Order: sequence, then structure tokens, then C-alpha cells
Amino acid sequence: MAEGRQKAQVYKTVLNEHLKKFGAVYAFLLLIIINAISNENFLAINTMWNLLIQAFPIIITSLGMLFVISSGGIDVSVGSVMAVAGGMNAVIMNGIYPAFPRSIFLGIVMALVVSLMFGFFNGFMISVFNMQPIIVTLTTYIIARGLTQLIANGKILSFSNTPFNAVGVLRLPGNVPIQFIIEILFVLITAFVIKRMVFGYQVQAIGENPQAAKLCGIQTTKVQIMVYMISSFIAAIAGLLVSSRTSAADPTNLGALAEMDAIAAVAIGGTSMSGGKSRILTTVISAMIIQLITITINMNNIHYAYARIMKGLIIIIAVYIQQDKKR
Amino acid sequence: MDNNLLLEMKQIDKHFTGVHALDQVDFAVRKGEIHALMGENGAGKSTLVKVLTGLYGKDSGQIIFDGEERSFPTPQDSQNAGISTIYQEINLIPHLSVAENIFIGREPKNVFGIDWKAVRSQARQLLLDNGIDIDVTQDLATYSTAIQQMVAITRAISQNAKLLIMDEPTSSLAEDEIQVMFEKMRELVAKGMSIIFISHKLDEVYTICDRATILKDGKLVGSYDIDKISRLEMVSKMIGRDASNVLKRSVGEYEAKEGTAALLHTKDIDNRVKLHGISIDIRPGEIVGVAGLLGAGKTEFAKVVFGCDNTYTGEIEVEGKPIRMNTPKGAIDLGFAYCSEDRKVEGIFPHMSVKENMTITALSRISKFGVVDTRKQKEIVDKYIDSIRIKTPSPDQLICNLSGGNQQKVLLGRWLSMDPKLIILDEPTRGIDVGAKAEIEALIKQFSENGISVLYISSELEELIRNCYRVVVIRDGMNSGELTGEDITEANIMNYIAKNMKETEEAHG
Ligand SMILES: Nc1ncnc2c1ncn2[C@@H]1O[C@H](COP(=O)(O)OP(=O)(O)OP(=O)(O)O)[C@@H](O)[C@H]1O
Ligand SMILES: [Mg+2]
Repeated sequence: MAEGRQKAQVYKTVLNEHLKKFGAVYAFLLLIIINAISNENFLAINTMWNLLIQAFPIIITSLGMLFVISSGGIDVSVGSVMAVAGGMNAVIMNGIYPAFPRSIFLGIVMALVVSLMFGFFNGFMISVFNMQPIIVTLTTYIIARGLTQLIANGKILSFSNTPFNAVGVLRLPGNVPIQFIIEILFVLITAFVIKRMVFGYQVQAIGENPQAAKLCGIQTTKVQIMVYMISSFIAAIAGLLVSSRTSAADPTNLGALAEMDAIAAVAIGGTSMSGGKSRILTTVISAMIIQLITITINMNNIHYAYARIMKGLIIIIAVYIQQDKKR
Repeated sequence: MDNNLLLEMKQIDKHFTGVHALDQVDFAVRKGEIHALMGENGAGKSTLVKVLTGLYGKDSGQIIFDGEERSFPTPQDSQNAGISTIYQEINLIPHLSVAENIFIGREPKNVFGIDWKAVRSQARQLLLDNGIDIDVTQDLATYSTAIQQMVAITRAISQNAKLLIMDEPTSSLAEDEIQVMFEKMRELVAKGMSIIFISHKLDEVYTICDRATILKDGKLVGSYDIDKISRLEMVSKMIGRDASNVLKRSVGEYEAKEGTAALLHTKDIDNRVKLHGISIDIRPGEIVGVAGLLGAGKTEFAKVVFGCDNTYTGEIEVEGKPIRMNTPKGAIDLGFAYCSEDRKVEGIFPHMSVKENMTITALSRISKFGVVDTRKQKEIVDKYIDSIRIKTPSPDQLICNLSGGNQQKVLLGRWLSMDPKLIILDEPTRGIDVGAKAEIEALIKQFSENGISVLYISSELEELIRNCYRVVVIRDGMNSGELTGEDITEANIMNYIAKNMKETEEAHG
């Protein structure tokens, strides 16, 4: 009998290990199958492109978040930074401030500069003053959102007929959306940085054991600042693209709750919330899972609130599976 | 059946992915004996213990404890059955107080719940019995590894178990603490308790143990009465070949080249906490030992030299140029390497691979525009896995899955592979088996021949005697004496270590 229990134990650990590694992939396939059965149009190529367009902000911001979480931190300011980038660009493009010439180029540059400044602020306070990441980025979350509302004067900034509008809806030959290309690019760059570059090793090392990282000569301050700047930079790109596709920057809703989706994607993807080894592919798949849930709910005419409940449940289940049960 | 047996493990088998850690191992412990479990790094000692206590499940095999066939699904079950364990990795809770750590899970109660006053006073008394006088209300993390180890021992031996398991309990302890522990062990055995004792230090095993079981590559070699097996036989059985020329090496005189200035010159290093004026010079290619009691300031001095503590006063010169050591990065840029004594907290990145752990300090050297040359990375890793015989199924194995000694070897590889000018080794052979120890010592000697200087910190005097050209003895944060060549003997070192307080005060007064 003891033997039997032991055997069961062994199978349980093997299964557990397997789920840890491939759980996200299974959940993804399951959602695809559910959708394919309940909706005959689902497997059409256009639905796929749509999924990739809608998942765009989650996919790329989750990659930024992956760096932050791997380094042992967290960034809850992502959504607000998306908004500030979209808003900044919109006000300059619309020529609302006479101090700035009406220029798309300048709009984009300013959007990136402001976002990077927020990223720098986050990283600086966290690494130099040793402040809790959640507190610092929560501050940025509030300030950046407030700043957006201030510059937009509380109104939705819409724009039309500019070359900027064209970017977000651009389709390449074969009807391939521009978002898909950017997604692929970001995934490849992230994979390269994490797997092949000194910086990637250093980020993970800091997340695994900050004290040992310092003793190995890693400049933890510099690396941490970089990490938060990367996250904000990616958030800015996401904010710009979303506003381009929707022809508007809504200071209240642009990027709202985006940080939660990004954090969830990283968590479901199996990267430890306390830092360390970055899991890239599963993070991307998890980002798509989160979007798929929303789509599944929409396509089946279920109230959107259920999507949130589903997401919550999936996160808790995923994180439970990832957990190390034996110390 | 021999009813004198407390524990019998039969045909135990255990696999990890790619590793057959235990292969049909038989192991038995008699009542009232101290039984050594011996073997090289990765032989399976810790795994056998963990299978017994329920931390790992076994693939097959039988465990008979106290006359009954048992299987412990969790460590809690084995503890309830009367097995108290000190694991190789200290498994206490750093941010609880010392007292809480000692009593966690079995706190004395009064009508209001946990009786904190009793927790504190009993914890204090238990520690005092073991010769440790500290504030038990402080967080455990505020104390050194050695104190933490003593706390773990105190916790384990105060549990009134039938079987006490000690997996390398002495690795960070100094001589007198080990003596206190041995005394305790003898008392416990006299009361009928049995002890499983794991250590790589033969002296200890021959001092305290009655019998020994030797494992090699997960297989049982045999069990022997300690007084019927010589040390040489024991080591030969552990490493599977004749050991007669292991650990007999010694160094000659250091030959300073004319005009070579000191690589490192330190004078009156003082940090007002543990260091009160230490001066040590190291010339190129010289191996300088640092001896001293626990708390004498050995590690603190190393940390100043490596830029971890920039509150110091005093002079530091590197190759004749005065310099202020501010950060580890700065020290590394000067060609310094520091292999810390605290493997877990200051060493390994647990969930990263052997390869990543080993090459983290060499990255700048093997990368271009920030991109790592993976071919060179692999070369380094293969070289050290081979030369210091790191036992791992592959370079991509997570370091936390390696045995303790093999983790230590990976860390040595990390520092050796950065081609340092000066390498500071703080207890470098902690937890390392005899065979590998000899190899590491040979490697250190080879370094010195290639002009690399070594600052060798160790609480094992024999090791210093075997390997150093010069030994500096420190005491209470001050230089107490210095020995070279033939004069480096255990008696002389002990003499300086024990030199009376007054004398040192006068010398520095
Ligand atoms: N959790 C694990 N996952 C995978 N392999 C493991 C794990 N734990 C141990 N091993 C492997 O099992 C073998 C035996 O390891 P074990 O820790 O028992 O050695 P040991 O005899 O205690 O060595 P040391 O003297 O270095 O502590 C090693 O090859 C080790 O790499
Ligand atoms: Mg071990």
C-alpha cells in the first residue's frame, strides 16, 4: 500500500512538472478548440489576425513586464504610461500647445521621452533609494494618469486623416497586420536579449539573488534602471499604436488595467513573481490566452464581466500549479 | 533480525531526471551509535537522508524504523516519529527571531496561547548550554552562518528524538564550537539516541563516530567499524582508487622575484565594528593564509578588500597605487575575485543553470557588444566541469539540483574562470570531498605558479599549513602574528590565536 502511494506520488510530481512547463500551451489549445467548436468562423485567418491585433498591447507590454519581474520587481504603471504616450502624441499632433509645432514626428518623440522619464524615475527610486517597486510604480501609475488628463484637459483627443492614423490599421501584403510584425520583432529581440546578451543574464541574476549579483560585479542600479525604462518604452509603443488604430487618445480609458493583464501574462507564463528565470514563449502564449478569454466571451454573447472572473480564476490556478510545493 | 537496530533502510532506489542518485542502497543504524555517512560530492548522502525524512519520495525500497515498517510522506511525519534533522542547507527562517526558530512548531503554551517569555528564556538557556551567548530576540539573519548553524543544531538536539541526523553540521564552525557539539553528541548517545553524521572532515569522523557507511555514485560500498578501517582505506573506498598520494602535497618557500612590489598592500584596516587595524601584504603569486577564531574578522577583512564595505579607514595600495575600494565591481575590474563563505546567500543563483552560474563573472570577457559568445562560454564550462570534476548531468542542469559540494565547485569555477590577479578564497573547501579538495588545492598551487596571488581564509589549520607560503593570524580584528615556511605549524598558529588579550593590547597601544 505504501508502495502504491509512493508510485502515485511519483506520477503526481511528473505530471506537476509537465503542467508547470506546458500548462499555458494546453490552456491555449483548449481555448482554441472551444472557440472552433462554438463558432465556425473562428478558425478563419481573419479572426486570427484580429486576435493578434487585439492582443498586441498585452503581448508587448508583457514582454516589458517580463524584464521587470525577472529582475525581482513589478511595474504597475504600464497602463498609465500607455495613456501618457498616446495623449502626449495626440496633443502635439493636434497642435493644442502653441509652444510645440504641429508635428507627428515631434509628437512621437515627446511621447517616448516622457515615458522614458517615468521609467527612469521608477528605476531610480527603486534601485538608488531602495524603495518598494510596487509603491514607486503605483505613484507613477497615479501621476502619469493625472498628467494625461491634465494635458488633454479631460477630453478625449481624437484625430483623423493624418499619416499617423494609417499606421495602426496598416496591412502588409497578404493582409498581415503591422501589429503582427511588431509582435514577432519584440518577441525575437526579447528572446535574444534574455538568452544571449550579458544584460539578460544580469537581469535574471539580480532577480534570483541580488546580494550574490552585487558580489559578481553586476551594477545592479544600472540594470534596474534599464529594466524599468524598457518597460515604459514598450508601454509607450503600445499606447501609441492603440491610439493610432482607434484614432483617439482617451486619457481615462487608454491602457486602463493593461498592467494587470501584463502581470497576469508573466505569472501564468511561469516566471516566478519573486524574480529569476524569464520564460518568454509561455509569457507570449499566456498573453494570447488572456485575450482569447475576452474574445471567447464576446463571441458567445456572454457579459464582459465574466471575462474578468475567468481571467482571475485562470491566474490563481496557473500560479498554484507553478508554485514549488516542496521547499 | 538484529533487534539492536534503530533504523534499517533496504534496497532504496531513487532517480532524478538524468541521475540515478541511489541504487539499491542498504543502510542500518544501531541504537546508541554515531554512524558516519561518507562519500564524495554527489555520492547520494543527502539524498538518502531526505528519502528517509520524507523530503523526497523514494522510487522503491523499505524503511524500518524502531521495529516497524514505516514510510514518511512528509518531513513532519518523520519528525513526529522521532527523527530530528539538520539539513545541509540551513533550513531555518531568517526573519524570525532566534528563539522562535528554536521553538517553531512546538512552542511552550500557557493559558493565553504561546508563552513567549518561556520561549525566550528556554531558548536562551539551550543556547547557553551549547556555549552560545547571544540575544535570542534578534532576527536569525542578523547572525553569522556559524551562529545560525549552532542554532540549527540547538533546535535539533533539543527535540528529544530517537534519531538525530546531521548533514555537514560543522561546515562553518570553528574548533571550539565543534568540541562543544561533540560533547553534546556524546551525552545524547549515552542516553540512547542514535546519530547519523555526515562530514567531509576525516578527523571529525574518526573522533566521534563508531561506524561508517560509504556510498559511491549512489551505490553502497560497505559499512565498517571505524576502528577497523584506516583513513587511507576509507578515502580509497570513497574515491574508488588508491589514495596514498592524495593530500600529501605541500608548498615550498615563496620565491619573491627581485623588485616585485606587493600586489596588495593593506595597512591598519579598521571599520570600527569587527576590524581594529589589520595589515596584510600579498606579493604576486604568493599564497597567504589567514587564520583566526570565528569572529576574529577574517571575512570582514576580505569584504573590505573586495569593496563590499566602504566604511573602512586605513590604507590600501594595489600594485603600488593607493586606491579606495568602494564596490565589488571596482575590485573585479582590478582583477580581484572573492569566493564567499556563504554559498546560499552570497553565492548561487539557485534557478539558473550550472553554465550561467559559472560564467556570470566572465561575461564581459566572452562577449562583444553585450552579446555572449556561447561557444567560448561552453569552453569555459566544459573545462572546469572536467578539471575540478563537477558532477552534473549537463551544464544546463539547475545549480540547485546539484549536491552541496558540487555547487561549491561551480562557484570556484566562477571565480577561477575570470583569470584574476588576486583570488580571495573564504573557506573554499567547505563541504568538498577529499579527492576534490586535493584537486582544488593543486589548482591553487598552479595559480600561484602562474603569478596569481591567493588570500586563503580557512578555519581548518591543516589546510593552511599544507597550502600557504605565509600565514597571518588575526585576533579580535588585529594582527596577532605571522608565520612563514617551516614555522607554519598547528602549535604556532594556535599560540598566536590564543595569545593573551593584554599582550595584543600593549602591542597596539
Ligand atoms: N532535487 C534534485 N534534482 C536533481 N538531481 C538531484 C537533486 N538532488 C540531488 N540530485 C543529484 O543526486 C546526486 C546525489 O546528490 P546528494 O545531494 O545526495 O549528494 P551528497 O552525497 O550529499 O553530496 P555532497 O557531499 O556534495 O553534499 C547528485 O548527482 C545530485 O546532482
Ligand atoms: Mg550533501
